[in-house]
Amino acid sequence: MEKYKILPHTADGKFQAFGQTMEEAFANAALATASLMWDWLRIEKKEKHSVKIRGKDLEQLLLKFLGEIIYLLETKKFLLGLVNEIRIEKKDEKYLLNALFVGDKLSDRYEIYGDVKAITYNEMKIEKNGHVTVQVVVDM
Amino acid sequence: MELKKISEYIWEIPKQGEMNVPACIYASHKLLESVRHDQTLEQARNVACLKGIQRMSYVMPDAHQGYGFPIGGVAAFDLEEGIISPGGVGYDINCGVRLLKTEYTEKDVTEKRKELLAEIFKEVPAGVGKGGITKLSRNVLKEILTKGAEWAVENGYGTKEDLLMTEEYGRMKDADPSFISDRALERGAPQLGTLGAGNHFLEIQKVHEIYDADIARAFGIHSAGQVLVMIHCGSRGLGHQVASDYIEIMENKFGTKGLPDRELVNAPIRSDLGQRYYKCMSAAVNYAFANRQMIAHWVRDVFRKVLGSSKGMNQVYDVCHNVAKIEKHNIEGKLRDVCIHRKGATRSFGPGRPEIPEAYRSIGQPVIIPGSMGTASYILVGTAEAEELSFSSTAHGAGRMMSRHEALRRFRGEQIRDELARKGIELRSTSWKGVAEEASGAYKDVDEVVKVSHEVGIGRLVARVVPVGVMKG
Repeated sequence: MEKYKILPHTADGKFQAFGQTMEEAFANAALATASLMWDWLRIEKKEKHSVKIRGKDLEQLLLKFLGEIIYLLETKKFLLGLVNEIRIEKKDEKYLLNALFVGDKLSDRYEIYGDVKAITYNEMKIEKNGHVTVQVVVDM
Repeated sequence: MELKKISEYIWEIPKQGEMNVPACIYASHKLLESVRHDQTLEQARNVACLKGIQRMSYVMPDAHQGYGFPIGGVAAFDLEEGIISPGGVGYDINCGVRLLKTEYTEKDVTEKRKELLAEIFKEVPAGVGKGGITKLSRNVLKEILTKGAEWAVENGYGTKEDLLMTEEYGRMKDADPSFISDRALERGAPQLGTLGAGNHFLEIQKVHEIYDADIARAFGIHSAGQVLVMIHCGSRGLGHQVASDYIEIMENKFGTKGLPDRELVNAPIRSDLGQRYYKCMSAAVNYAFANRQMIAHWVRDVFRKVLGSSKGMNQVYDVCHNVAKIEKHNIEGKLRDVCIHRKGATRSFGPGRPEIPEAYRSIGQPVIIPGSMGTASYILVGTAEAEELSFSSTAHGAGRMMSRHEALRRFRGEQIRDELARKGIELRSTSWKGVAEEASGAYKDVDEVVKVSHEVGIGRLVARVVPVGVMKG
């Protein structure tokens, strides 16, 4: 199964990400988001950041999870290359996500070609149909 | 969607269903074609359904699909009944444009343009994730969020005259940084004085044609070939985070039930939360004013260093094009305060408005419309008619029509650089792929956009300018 597919959108970035599980689809959505800014395949796996997110529903969870990539880039100069140990659970009507981001520090070795300013709810879809498809539009 | 033709450049979506008011679109046939391909019209209709909206949901000539509100959308809300929406401002709060004039001519910079651009590239940090000169302390950052460009001037970046020639005089008085999240502050601290990336740019330009010599002269623009500097950027990660934070807080508090699009989430303006967003948004506006103020200062330094002087490099004006403000407008014959949202639209106050600098008060404010990378940009003047037509608003740029993905497939950055070089335009960027994404072929024709603005009367042509050197973030 392909990890994600970038879709046409007039001004911004739009993609669908796929997975056998919600976790896999979320992790692939993270890679799709990174792919709009840098080539995540080329990022060395040197640095780790643990990510903990709470959301009132899966959409909000996804929005905040992907927002973490931008936050870590801007405040820690961290480039995501891999998502590990991702776990999503539902607790007291809230969703919790734990994951480990693996990657490297921003440096001249990497070309950063896109600027994702924010993750949006516009056209966001999370579909379970045997496997999971998530669709996201990001502001660029 | 069914559109009613009002005149050659004016279209209407009649009030229907949940709409509280009709929607009005300013576009030529050509521009309408590209708008029809995405969800701009549906989004304009959705905005017309929001509570307390006044008169009409307006769509500017450069509009394209946004999230919630269209980019190029203008909507005013009643202060008692109405709402305020982070999606109606956009993520890049106070993304805007600053224009400096110079007393240099094309001849003075032709040979030095490479050097000028190289020096500007050195002085003005740009690119994704690039930090500014200093990491600011929390206290200093909060002072900047309160004082905006005033802080920059107090700290040696530019002059008091610059403040006079800035929308809101460079400072939104209602700003209150105490409600801004730690996360937003954390993102803002390393980024002050940076251009950013994406569609943000800095251009050395020359005047190509003057359409209205009297008004141009009042703006400090007097002859073809005169060199100008245009700076296009916003509030960086801080503004983006303020938008994201308040979208989340508002949906947690008020929910999104009944909204056609979750991005339309909003709060009553009079509510505590509505007021908190307004105050935080104002603080982010101030950050962007300070940002452009610092960049303008460095550009003057470079001119002084390379050409010997920065004399006459006065600021023509600085305009916001992603903002919500309380302004007085004519609502059914009465002048009333409303909360106007301009998302990808420029204020275009005509003569007499007290908000515009004294020097321009008898003629109307300068409206600065940047084109796409490497193409023409325009200087317009606000009009009295714009009040009735668009709550004193007009276009903000060329407006995209092709996805970034498609642009990457079709264009190559190095090729664009070479083509521009053949036209005598120098281009520098932090990323050639980024250049390809911003190729002018991915944008609408800015000439067509300003033509519609001029013909409709929401902003009239003053001058056309073209680039000599382009720095893309």
